[in-house]
Amino acid sequence: MSTAASKHDLSRFGSEVMRFSPRQCDLMIVAGRVVMKMLPVLQRIWLQMPEPKWCISMGACACSGGVFDTYSVVQGIDRFMPVDVYVPGCPPRPEQLIKSILDLQAKIQSGGTVNAREFKLRVLPEGPSRFDEEELIRIRERNGFKLEDPKYDPVH
Amino acid sequence: MSNQPSTNKAVPGSTTQMESTKASLVAALPGIELTWSVFCSQDRVVFPAGSLMKVLQAFKAAGFDQLTDLTAVDLLEYGSASDRFEIVYCLLNVDSGLRLIAKTHLSEPDLTIPSATQVWFGADWLEREVYDMYGIIFDGHPNFKRLLLPQEFQSFPLRKDYPVKGRGERHNFPVVTRAES
Repeated sequence: MSTAASKHDLSRFGSEVMRFSPRQCDLMIVAGRVVMKMLPVLQRIWLQMPEPKWCISMGACACSGGVFDTYSVVQGIDRFMPVDVYVPGCPPRPEQLIKSILDLQAKIQSGGTVNAREFKLRVLPEGPSRFDEEELIRIRERNGFKLEDPKYDPVH
Repeated sequence: MSNQPSTNKAVPGSTTQMESTKASLVAALPGIELTWSVFCSQDRVVFPAGSLMKVLQAFKAAGFDQLTDLTAVDLLEYGSASDRFEIVYCLLNVDSGLRLIAKTHLSEPDLTIPSATQVWFGADWLEREVYDMYGIIFDGHPNFKRLLLPQEFQSFPLRKDYPVKGRGERHNFPVVTRAES
């Protein structure tokens, strides 16, 4: 917020235009911890953004889960999504976020983006190894509980 | 237990009003073992889970018309506890301001108790949250499913035997790469 406000004023660097629909965006700034219930939503937002597009992972929580090393918090969005620039800090200073956008501008100028050729080597997942899907079945059998009867559920 | 000086304001745990409420509850529930205690000037009562509906309806008839909170405690490896789960009903008499903490105990494998929604309808989301975190099943609930966690979640994370870092649920997502997005 402060980055775009008058004191730090991101518009000095030509990047102040905020859009609140992913279909009009080319940069997504993930600014906070992402829990496992929110990650599919975040991935869907990313898939809705038109090419070319970039992603900034802002703050320790988005980069690594931060201090929230619990069952529900995703330990870094880069395990499941492409990330171009990481911003450390808890929370980052506005100057750091401005610098990350300048770095991203330099990265775009030096690279080229339309056909994503600079990402050709990054098609494989870079995070830790995938969760064993058999484990979910074992957990289900161990608990002995089934999903609830969905008769009252209008959504599912 | 309560050493507070008596004032004009109603002090929970020491008033004659609470004593008369207790007496009427004991009279209304013959043959049911109620264990009363006072801790930090809060009145507490432990009742057997088998007579839950009868006890809760007696509490409501005695004037406790608001269920302020319903929660649970996992007593696994907790000292002298003989049962695993403790269900806590925090009750409030809106007219007189009296409060009562009512507790009952449950053990595996049968973690089913009757739903309190038939007595206080506000128990709806509270019971769903208790199921979400502890796996207690409330029989007779009008819309019984998980409240906070995803519906496909298989564990109960506030149980003491659930690891704090989970069982891999936070890693179980498809990976979106540059090439496919």
